[in-house]
Amino acid sequence: MRDSIFIFSEDQLKYKFNNNHPFNQLRLKLTLDLLEKINAISKEDIIPPRMASDEELQLVHDPHYVTAVKKAGNGELSEDMAESYGLGTEDTPIFPNMHEASSLLVGGTLTAVDYVMSGKVKHALNLGGGLHHGFRGKASGFCIYNDSSVAIKYIQQKYNAKVLYIDTDAHHGDGVQWAFYDEPDVCTFSIHETGRYLFPGTGNINERGQGKGYGYSFNIPVDAFTEDDSWLDAYRTSVKEIAEFFKPDVILTQNGADAHYLDPLTHLSATMRIYREIPKLAHEIAHQYCDGRWIAVGGGGYDIWRVVPRAWSLIWLEMTENNNCYGPLPADWLDAWQDKSPVKLPSEWDDPADLYDPIPRKAEITEKNAQTVEKALYPIRNKAGHE
Amino acid sequence: MIVEEIMNTDVSTLTKEHTIADAIHLLSEKRIRHVPIVDGDNQLLGIVSDRDIKDATPSILDIEGRKEVLNRSISTIMTTNIITGHPLDFVEEVSAIFYDSKISCLPIVQDHKLVGIITQTDLLHTLVELTGAHQPGSQLEVRVPNKPGKLFKVFSCIQNRKVNILSVLVYPDKKDEFYKVIVLRIQTMNPLRLIEDLENSGFEVLWPNLPGMEAE
Ligand SMILES: [Zn+2]
Ligand SMILES: [Zn+2]
Repeated sequence: MRDSIFIFSEDQLKYKFNNNHPFNQLRLKLTLDLLEKINAISKEDIIPPRMASDEELQLVHDPHYVTAVKKAGNGELSEDMAESYGLGTEDTPIFPNMHEASSLLVGGTLTAVDYVMSGKVKHALNLGGGLHHGFRGKASGFCIYNDSSVAIKYIQQKYNAKVLYIDTDAHHGDGVQWAFYDEPDVCTFSIHETGRYLFPGTGNINERGQGKGYGYSFNIPVDAFTEDDSWLDAYRTSVKEIAEFFKPDVILTQNGADAHYLDPLTHLSATMRIYREIPKLAHEIAHQYCDGRWIAVGGGGYDIWRVVPRAWSLIWLEMTENNNCYGPLPADWLDAWQDKSPVKLPSEWDDPADLYDPIPRKAEITEKNAQTVEKALYPIRNKAGHE
Repeated sequence: MIVEEIMNTDVSTLTKEHTIADAIHLLSEKRIRHVPIVDGDNQLLGIVSDRDIKDATPSILDIEGRKEVLNRSISTIMTTNIITGHPLDFVEEVSAIFYDSKISCLPIVQDHKLVGIITQTDLLHTLVELTGAHQPGSQLEVRVPNKPGKLFKVFSCIQNRKVNILSVLVYPDKKDEFYKVIVLRIQTMNPLRLIEDLENSGFEVLWPNLPGMEAE
């Protein structure tokens, strides 16, 4: 029996705003091609996504909003109405058939969920998903429908399982957090660049949930210019302790690859090293607590040439326990894409040691991040101490 | 914004006839930290804080002494020279009062009657809303020469990019009196093109701004 599946079809590339928009699903193809060129994936591993039904979308989304997205995609939504739904903005422009394209990304994550929760496979990867800024009734931050929120609600209803959501995108996973803010059976964790300057601005330590859900929302806002060691220390410490506290039945990881130094939209200074380690720990947690049940989705990632293909390939390679990801990248992959890339493609799986100049306030940033972790985990550490 | 728009009008009060024990009960029941004392016409006589009560009551070990104190009138421990605000005061003015007088709550009085109360928490909440921090957005800081017309130019760059502004703050540049800094919260995840436009118009843009660091 195979352990992992990779959700993909060319139709996922139809989620496309325009040619100048930073969100570009060509990254899916670049990633799959890289995996194919190192023989890390076969045709049987690839499962096409299904469409999400309106009913499924409405597990999370307002029916009026779904109607508005449909109308927008058919060119029937007035400018004023569009604006009130966050559509037709520079961030989320209207494009033909946007409802169908967005539903397919959600359906892909639901396909992944069904494979994993029915026990057909242990792990499933839908890089087309991870649209964590989508709100109940509003598009935001390049996201129309929130596949992860829909998938978590779907898991709750159909499989009655406790979900741990782990979000390592450089932006706060606000849409998912707010969707489950008052629920104790879903635990959300987001590590991101502080919202002091960066979109969306939320994700403070003190956003811990409300009502019955108080204590089930965790946020680690790290400082701008944070580097690998400090980032990884924060990630490992908090994910391990939160998993031990929550004891999930399944984990859903959002794997935005925009915390990299080269990403144009954020200010963190991480390298490929964190993208090796993120799936490694997720995999470990999945086997330790969830009998392997692990659904991974994509997310942000705006250097689609130099960062995303390597970072996202590493998730699949970890899932399938394939070590063939050191040293030079395959020459035929570089040959196939170099001409189309506006920047020089990297030659190796790992980043060079001199990727960027030393960060002047490194020690202070590291110390502050460690304190942030301490504050964020205080409630569960304190509780454990009293038992 | 004026005080009337943010004050809490559902105020729990006590009268002189109440005891310190009553005040303890009310504070814990309503989870508040201050209670205004009023007369029959709702005129403000004084205010009692949880701290005043703590200072006045002997420890639980001193049972007799404690009993005696708890039965005293609340008027024996209330503060009477109180700073008050008016519903038409500006929130900015009131913030300055909090800052200067180191108080944590401000009764609002109109026609000699108590009509509302503002706490530090209310004020902070309002300031957060004023800065737009509760809506998804990015924050930029633009350094501009302290001359007329510069703000207009910044705004026309933003308008050209059809970006919605959530809030604007302007403050003087601490390092150079000939400059000021415009803090913008804008409703977009991708401010790159706007930043480019602003820089092409000769402005210095900080995103993010960490002293000692140069963003690219
Ligand atoms: Zn992101
Ligand atoms: Zn495994």
